Amino acid sequence: KENRCELCFSSLLPCFVSSPLSYYYSSMAKDGGVSCLRSSEMLNVGIGGMEPPPLDLDEVHVLAVDDSLVDRIVIERLLRITSCKVTAVDSGWRALEFLGLDNDKASDEFDKLKVDMIITDYCMPGMTGYELLKKIKESSSFRQVPVVIMSSENVLTRIDRCLEEGAEDFLLKPVKLADVKRLRSCLTGDVKLSNGNKRKLPEDSVSVDTSLPPPPLSLTFSTNSSDSSPPLSPVEVFSSPLSSPEDDDDVLTSSPEGSPMSEESPIRRQKMGSPGLD
Amino acid sequence: MNTVVAKLQRQFQDYLVSLYQQGFLDNQFTELRKLQDEGTPDFVAEVVSLFFDDCSKLINSMSRSLERPENVDFKQVDSGVHQLKGSSSSVGARRVKNVCISFKECCDVQNREGCLRCLQQVDYEYKMLKTKLQDLFNLEQQIVQAGGAIPQVNIN
Repeated sequence: KENRCELCFSSLLPCFVSSPLSYYYSSMAKDGGVSCLRSSEMLNVGIGGMEPPPLDLDEVHVLAVDDSLVDRIVIERLLRITSCKVTAVDSGWRALEFLGLDNDKASDEFDKLKVDMIITDYCMPGMTGYELLKKIKESSSFRQVPVVIMSSENVLTRIDRCLEEGAEDFLLKPVKLADVKRLRSCLTGDVKLSNGNKRKLPEDSVSVDTSLPPPPLSLTFSTNSSDSSPPLSPVEVFSSPLSSPEDDDDVLTSSPEGSPMSEESPIRRQKMGSPGLD
Repeated sequence: MNTVVAKLQRQFQDYLVSLYQQGFLDNQFTELRKLQDEGTPDFVAEVVSLFFDDCSKLINSMSRSLERPENVDFKQVDSGVHQLKGSSSSVGARRVKNVCISFKECCDVQNREGCLRCLQQVDYEYKMLKTKLQDLFNLEQQIVQAGGAIPQVNIN
């Protein structure tokens, strides 16, 4: 049975998910075990000790941003089922922190951070997905990373604004498996292109592989010859206080009716003693 | 042919179909079921469990905001409705989602009475769905324990 956080049900590799219900955070320990710590415990333990295992160069790593726990779990599952490694965070600030964009100091360790796609909710308290998108596109290290916006509201001006700011795609919530598969298939080609030459890049240079046609996304990172896992900056322990969602100046329309019931794709199940909910 | 299993499977299928037909669930629930496999047999149950926890929490906080007629925090209520609408949509809880649409309208015009009615209705709907789904998951469990496989269900 896969490692699963009992509190947030997340089984991310790595995982930094805060549960608004209980202020627990789950993280992946060096030995691969997943644990859920209260924020104070995280401070005492020193999150430096909870380094995620190094990400396989072949694997697609997606950073998912959504303030809703239910949505985070669903998007995480959708992405993992399409063979992505997922890191899910609950706010734009947390995302910037994860990417090392939360302060002006350039941080070398983030050169080793491999993020192939960022998928974010639009409507979030504090920082909207649109604001996060702008910050990512302003950064030198991550502006090439495709950013996908999710929203429950089908507002054309909102969609246009995001696409103009450089968003790769716009998904209408609730997100479906077909949506994520489509995103994934766009990424696979790009990742393969970028990883075609798996040579190690010199430590002090960050470059795009120029022997291939320029891919929409570039995996720019430097590696050293040691096997140590890239240290990630500690995630801010305290979740930002929930303020009411930012008022949207666009006219809100209700989301369109879901598509008519589609034929369910086959789900194979083996005999398993599945415990009940309680 | 194990008739006990066949009977349970039939029961499960009929029950699930009825939940769609009665409008409790929509296509997104089907989507959630697609994400469940032998490695994660409890995925749907876990997600909806979190959803119901969310409902309870949000309903409580909205109730507090609506409590005093002279001092209603409509912004807070609106935030709660937004969250509830989002998560109900994500799990396919159709009736709950629909109440949220009306709820938002009451919020927009600062209609406290309307909000209170919607609050009551959303509370009723989520609890109703919780009971229905518990019955569904129990059937699932019985099938598995009887050595059967969960039937694939076509929703037309």
